Amino acid sequence: MKISTIKELLDAEVLCGEENLDHEVYSACGSDMMSDVLAYVKDQAVLLTGLVNPQVVRTAEMMDMVCIVFVRSKTPTEEMIRLAEESGMVLLRSKKRMYEACGKLYACGLGVNGEVK
Amino acid sequence: MNEAVRFHFVVDGEDFTSAGQASVQVKKNLRKLGISPEIIRKISIAMYEGEINMVIHADGGEADVLVYEDRIEIILTDRGPGIANIDLAMQEGFSTAPDNVRSLGFGAGMGLPNMKRYTDDMKIESTLGEGTTITMTVKL
Repeated sequence: MKISTIKELLDAEVLCGEENLDHEVYSACGSDMMSDVLAYVKDQAVLLTGLVNPQVVRTAEMMDMVCIVFVRSKTPTEEMIRLAEESGMVLLRSKKRMYEACGKLYACGLGVNGEVK
Repeated sequence: MNEAVRFHFVVDGEDFTSAGQASVQVKKNLRKLGISPEIIRKISIAMYEGEINMVIHADGGEADVLVYEDRIEIILTDRGPGIANIDLAMQEGFSTAPDNVRSLGFGAGMGLPNMKRYTDDMKIESTLGEGTTITMTVKL
């Protein structure tokens, strides 16, 4: 799934990384607990979260993720946007809640382990 | 025998938001050295968890990354309170992190187990009241 499709499915705004919307991603995960993302996530390229602090971007960067979706209209700080830009990451913001956002992407084929549904 | 390539960092304990800067830099440096992405990810995650721990528990510390021909060593040293019971600290879910850290998305008691999981060897030396040194090795 292209990141641009995620943007459409979630009615999301692009906060940075517009030039990378064509990037293909094969899996995603949703969590507000960065400890769990670091412990359980494997090869997921997209993080959906409602947590807002710079460690969210750093965690995603450590996991080689390419896109973060902020749910519930959570807005990242300038510093977070700068960090994301430095590493070429796409930041999206959606009004949808976590459950709906994850469900929508999953139903449209974005799985957990990159498997094709 | 070739000398190791060494990177040294001071981890600032004052500001939680800056935690992870050293890990980001190490990631960049290792990429330049041509280390494989899989190894880089292991090192980055292990070091990032260690850095977060140093900021949460020990007011910062120092990090050294040594790149040898056959392995990479990460040495994290702090002068924090020390770990009272290392076996307990290694259990998944055990955490002494304060609540404000949890609200930032950390403190789930996964840090040390995760560091062990992502590395081939991990040694913890800790003395109460003096500090902790963690040495992690990833084989190349």
